[in-house]
Amino acid sequence: MLQTAQRSAKSKTKKAAPLHERFLEAFRWMLLARTLEEKLVSLYRGGLITGGVYIGKGQEAISVACGLFLQKGDIFAPLIRDQAGRSAFGEPLLDVTRTYLGSRLGPMRGRDGNIHRGHPRKNELAMISHLGAMISVTVGALLAKRFKGEKNFVGLASIGEGGMQTGSFHEGMNIAAVEQVPLVVVATNNHYAYSTPNDREFACHDLVDRALGYGFEGYSLDGTDLAACLDVIGSAVKRARAGRPPQLVVASVLRLSGHGEHDDASYVTEEIKQQPFARDCLKVAEQTIIDLNLSDAETLAEWRKHAAAQVDEAIASAQKEPAPEGDKEDWCALSTRDLVDSFE
Amino acid sequence: MSITYLEAIREAQAKLLRDDERVFIYGQDVGGTFGGAFKATKGLAKEFPGRVLNTPISEDAIVGTAIGAAMQGMRPIVEMQFADFSSIALNQILNNAGTHHWRTGMPVPITVRLPSGGTKGSGPFHSQSMESIYAHYPGLIVMTPATVEDAYTMLIEAVAIDDPVIYCEHKYLYYHLKADKLPEKGLPTGRARIAREGRDLTIVSYSAMVQESLAAAEELAREGFEVEVVDLRTVKPLDTDTVLASVARTGRLLCVGESFPWGGATAEVIARVTSQGFHLLDAAPQRLNAKDTPIPYHPNLWSAHRPNAQHIATKARALLRE
Repeated sequence: MLQTAQRSAKSKTKKAAPLHERFLEAFRWMLLARTLEEKLVSLYRGGLITGGVYIGKGQEAISVACGLFLQKGDIFAPLIRDQAGRSAFGEPLLDVTRTYLGSRLGPMRGRDGNIHRGHPRKNELAMISHLGAMISVTVGALLAKRFKGEKNFVGLASIGEGGMQTGSFHEGMNIAAVEQVPLVVVATNNHYAYSTPNDREFACHDLVDRALGYGFEGYSLDGTDLAACLDVIGSAVKRARAGRPPQLVVASVLRLSGHGEHDDASYVTEEIKQQPFARDCLKVAEQTIIDLNLSDAETLAEWRKHAAAQVDEAIASAQKEPAPEGDKEDWCALSTRDLVDSFE
Repeated sequence: MSITYLEAIREAQAKLLRDDERVFIYGQDVGGTFGGAFKATKGLAKEFPGRVLNTPISEDAIVGTAIGAAMQGMRPIVEMQFADFSSIALNQILNNAGTHHWRTGMPVPITVRLPSGGTKGSGPFHSQSMESIYAHYPGLIVMTPATVEDAYTMLIEAVAIDDPVIYCEHKYLYYHLKADKLPEKGLPTGRARIAREGRDLTIVSYSAMVQESLAAAEELAREGFEVEVVDLRTVKPLDTDTVLASVARTGRLLCVGESFPWGGATAEVIARVTSQGFHLLDAAPQRLNAKDTPIPYHPNLWSAHRPNAQHIATKARALLRE
């Protein structure tokens, strides 16, 4: 876990807004995610990660806000670019490094990789690649909690503007509203579905307008502004928890990487890179910290160092662990062993 | 007292709702006063308030919701209005439910009821048999009950199983098949049943084709042939041992299925018997399926499209002569 932020004398003397503690906590999760993912990229480029690496660069402010307001018992359905949110929700770094590096001891045990990991028993759902599918799964988890008489719970599902165009997403949104479950859907429009720009993804004026059609309450968000992310997503979680209709937040950013690290993103135009939503949320948040004297350069450097040390430790641990082996694998897709078909 | 196959399915669900508070039923038109397109949930919404829920026409989200609920400890029963529409839910069933235990170590105990198979006048989109598609993918159990008794006990068993179960109930059997009473217990899941004993030929079948095969066996008996009929009960897992033991007795194998002919359950049975019991065969094994076209609407075409007792008897006679 992160250490408590060390506040500088300067910041203590400043008349701090009440949200500053949370802002700094969120910043540190963002920093940790960025540090981790940069390291994963290096490992991938060095040939040490098989498959792919998919990072959330530029989306950390939105993602961290997704994880930060969830409590024990809440459901989180993260997606491809949610490292910051996963960490804030409680996913250990070791889960990430074990999964990417293929450790047999990781949550997926080499059976699935990279961003498909999860801990369903801890309410962190394991996404499948078919976009939109996890919306209704989250609805079902919330419905079950209602059946069981649990109170004060919410679910948060993450999606991109690409995933918003699937039939599965549409069905999931509609059924969420029909069931009136306490769901928050955070949709990040990072302006590209792999290489396809917005104008070939959808033709509506604004994706948030769809909220009304589904029976959701909808909010727009500048995803490069951490304070706004914390405010808008935090408020949406609060409203869902209080029994308001399902909430849709549509955040705007630019994906500051390829779809995966195999993709150089050469199709991203120079024009779009100049747009306000193309700002790097981590840099913007850091500037806010400096401008408002929430912390000092020395402390920021210390946080960076601490994040790097945590990441290095998680990678070193996973690298020492055994890989799965085909001849020792339990090739059994069922939990009911006596019902396994035999192909001898 | 007489109970139909359909009533057995309803009774099984009533018992499950009564005995297990984790159970709920989720699907199109299952709730309210309507009780399902075929009335398999008739009266259950009233008897079990809040636990038999109508859904939008959203097969993907219906199954997705069931998956999420199962992850939280519930035992959902999904009714697909017709098996054919489960194609919309394939992604959730195959890629989410079917992979989940393997990927994460947590099984997803959902039961998906598929009103399957052809009836007169139902046409290409209300007649399909999907069992072979589901059996092809890992992580699912596929049940195909052929009797009133199995319709009842296997559905109760399906909900008790910790893994996802595709329960293929045959619409043609809904009203045609009757029993005097419902049993407390059936054969174990995964065990095939010898529906009729014989020594000249083994017909392996499942679901409604068991009844057609029994009728064919009766016809052949009048000609002096003793045909053994094996009812697979579940196509996955497939009880190869019972099939091989039968073929060991008869030396001849005919597999009958209502689904399309390419691949599938009948092909799987033949593959297993030829690879594991080639020496038991006195003649090349044969199979009989529906034709390789969409399922026709007109009764004249439909009755020629699907295997029936006459088709089976004809195919069996040829095999018996070899």
